[in-house]
Amino acid sequence: MEEFGCEWNDAPHSMGTTIMAVQYEGGVILGADSRTTTGAYVANRASDKITELTDNVYICRSGSAADSQIVSDYSRYFLNQHTIQLGRDATVKTAANIVRELSYGNKSFLECGLIVAGWDKYENGSVYSIPLGGTILRLPFSTGGSGSSYLYGFLDQAWKDGMNKEEAEALVVKAVSLAMARDGSSGGVVRTVIIDSSGVTRNFYPGDKLPLYYEEIPYRPTVEPMSA
Amino acid sequence: MAEAAIALPPKGGFNFDLCKRNAMLEKNGIALPRFRKTGTTIVGLVFKDGVILGADTRATEGEIVCDKNCEKIHYMAPNIYCCGAGTAADTENVTDMVRSQLELHRYATNRESRVVTALTMLKTHLFGYRGQVSAALVLGGVDVTGPHLHTVYPHGSTDTLPFATMGSGSLAAMSVFESRYKEDMDKEEGMEIVSAAICAGIFNDLGSGSNVDLCILTKGKTEYLRNYQKPNPRSYIRSKGYDFARGHTAILSTRITPLKDQVTIIEGDAMEE
Repeated sequence: MEEFGCEWNDAPHSMGTTIMAVQYEGGVILGADSRTTTGAYVANRASDKITELTDNVYICRSGSAADSQIVSDYSRYFLNQHTIQLGRDATVKTAANIVRELSYGNKSFLECGLIVAGWDKYENGSVYSIPLGGTILRLPFSTGGSGSSYLYGFLDQAWKDGMNKEEAEALVVKAVSLAMARDGSSGGVVRTVIIDSSGVTRNFYPGDKLPLYYEEIPYRPTVEPMSA
Repeated sequence: MAEAAIALPPKGGFNFDLCKRNAMLEKNGIALPRFRKTGTTIVGLVFKDGVILGADTRATEGEIVCDKNCEKIHYMAPNIYCCGAGTAADTENVTDMVRSQLELHRYATNRESRVVTALTMLKTHLFGYRGQVSAALVLGGVDVTGPHLHTVYPHGSTDTLPFATMGSGSLAAMSVFESRYKEDMDKEEGMEIVSAAICAGIFNDLGSGSNVDLCILTKGKTEYLRNYQKPNPRSYIRSKGYDFARGHTAILSTRITPLKDQVTIIEGDAMEE
């Protein structure tokens, strides 16, 4: 295959990513960019890295696309079974621990970092980070993927305890936009998922409607494509 | 004692003798044959009433074109088809296995197959082989939940998209889609863009070539258009054909060498350690 330089064949399909989740007064907000790459090629510019686990728990995926998809597929399957057996919604803690069990138990085969976040009546909004080795951390806010390196300092400064929904979502969109501007393997659009006692809201921020920062060039529409 | 243990026939399991032989041959400078791969352009697109799949028809072994008109759009179910790129044997087998599983599943459930079912079967199989089964697929179909288009990568990851390209010609084909794709196109417009995308692969990618195959899947109807376009016709075909009578080529000399006299059998062969 090397004759034709088919990078997609050898390079695993991975997500150089920016993902994050933030707890706020009453719920959580998950955020992610939408770029999926194989080597240097953007294989999908509008991917959805925020996946549903249960009605009240979602997961942000980073690392190998294949690995993070299989872990979240299995977690969803186990959580469905668990919800039926219990006759009530699974807690975010349970969901995160199922993901952790899969990540830790198969750590030598997997290459994915995950953030589980959601709402339940015991802990309200909660964020659990499950990085590469399969450890679990409950945090008020968490970032992941290659873009996260650009965000630690910013979030230490900008994150405030007891933010409301609007403040928290603005923070997520701003942080993901900043990382997308600096990290070559993050980009596209910003997707957010808001989970609170009233349910789930999904928001979509197109790439040309995002806030601009230092040295960024505003979106300029291209000329109409050649007549079809 | 040790000799007796070696002489015992194997009781089963895997046998790696041929790996040893191949390593020996390779060390002695004999190049191993290459797999037949489809340096390919395959695409798919969602339009107003369904899905259109497209593929070129060139199969290659290294830099040699070994089939000028192969079929890369595989049947999965009456309402689901799948384009394959990568190692031809792998794409053919993986689609064939899932096709058979889907057929049994239809007999068991008495329902039309769904595209997600095929997708899940493909991805679990490919994930289990951790990228060793090199099949890159574009899966399309129309089921009870509507039209669906997915891409499947050799490592088992999947994407869901309104338009998709795969194979070595995917970049050329994607440039056509990115500049011309619109939502809710009609069938004719969709077919035009899909064949333009395949042609971009055929003309600009060395691994793709020959003809355009299309497959149009709509609710309750499937059209497989084999060789929808032939942009590379044979430029010259002799009208009288090529039947040469016996004796057309003059025999200048004849020499018969009996090989038996030339071969010497050496005790113990190169394989032994």
